[in-house]
Amino acid sequence: MSTETVAAKKSEALFSKRRKAIVTDPLDDDNPVTVQVLGICSALAVTSKLEPTLVMSIAVTFVIIFSNLIVSLLRNAIPQRIRIIVQLGIVASLVIIVDQVLKAYLYDVSKVVGVYVGLIITNCIVMGRLEAFAMANKPYDSILDGLGSSFGYAWVILVVAFFRELFGSGTLFDIRVLPEAYVNNGLMTSPVGAFIIIGIIIWVQRARNGYVEEA
Amino acid sequence: MDLLNLAIKSIFIDNMVFAYFLGMCSYLAVSKKVDTALGLGLAVTFVLTITVPLNWLVYNYILKEGALTWLGEQYAGVSLDFLTYILFIAVVASTVQLVEMIIEKFSPSLYGSLGIFLPLIAVNCSILGAAFFMVPREYSIVEAGVYGFSSGIGWLIAIIALAAIREKMKYSNVPAPLRGLGITFIITGLMGLAFMSFMGIAL
Repeated sequence: MSTETVAAKKSEALFSKRRKAIVTDPLDDDNPVTVQVLGICSALAVTSKLEPTLVMSIAVTFVIIFSNLIVSLLRNAIPQRIRIIVQLGIVASLVIIVDQVLKAYLYDVSKVVGVYVGLIITNCIVMGRLEAFAMANKPYDSILDGLGSSFGYAWVILVVAFFRELFGSGTLFDIRVLPEAYVNNGLMTSPVGAFIIIGIIIWVQRARNGYVEEA
Repeated sequence: MDLLNLAIKSIFIDNMVFAYFLGMCSYLAVSKKVDTALGLGLAVTFVLTITVPLNWLVYNYILKEGALTWLGEQYAGVSLDFLTYILFIAVVASTVQLVEMIIEKFSPSLYGSLGIFLPLIAVNCSILGAAFFMVPREYSIVEAGVYGFSSGIGWLIAIIALAAIREKMKYSNVPAPLRGLGITFIITGLMGLAFMSFMGIAL
């Protein structure tokens, strides 16, 4: 995996143009889900309702930001050969914290999200950002990068969840919005709906920015 | 008979890709050619067959509440359940490392074609996911082995089918922005629709 180093100036404003780009790029042009194709598993699995999706995106944001920060602080101390194991260890410890907090305070949601919280460990976005950014950049930039990537992830899964809950159950956050006469579309609550919606999001995004992939 | 039922169930009905969305990253990235898809699928099956029973041992003899009684009576109340994630991922990562070394030694051509994707198996969620699913389902160790193997076969079937469809799709006229990733998602959705027909099977 290639490593991107962003050349930093000596003294730099807290919110310089370069730093703003670190946060905003992953939102659209470099989106982790629709462009880099990372973290798809959980993006699809938890999105049948908005509530678990929101919890999941907060959990992922927490894990990405803190793992980016910790790895960035330790980047000169981690030996190259065993870096994957070290990174996995850091991520796994953070995920254990998230899981224990969810079980303690949001037991119902943690039942729904279930194994997918554990699977944040293998969420490729987390590992991808650690490898490509945090291993080579300063802590503050790494936090910004984590923020950008996790928001890029969050908005995509929230959009998917919005459509799946609206058409699949006729509700939003479990509050009925469509009239009672609406017949729920079972396809949307099933995996199939998730695949097709994400396909359509990619279609819309690429039609807008004109990106064409070589077949 | 029960084992056969379990195998059929985890290959077709509870398919890793179509029912649980696991292992999607490499499923989408490595499905451009049937050859590479076959190699990766076999590697995933192999790793799953080893790691699920291994993690079963780790869970039942170290992590579960009361699992440490073999050390002495005083440990009967100890539960190391909260360490599940970190120990499972350690087992998976080290097994993958081992498999990588074995393949490099005995089949350099396969190693060459799989290239950078072998280390990716460590972060293939289907491997860790299978280990997590095994815990609440309370399999025996034999069942765990069969479950790991057949989940791998299910994943293998899914990725080969997708790779074959994508190879054929080179000759069709897909709208430009949908080309590549977009159409792959929609095809996966349609394949999932086809796999839903297996749900009617009562075992």
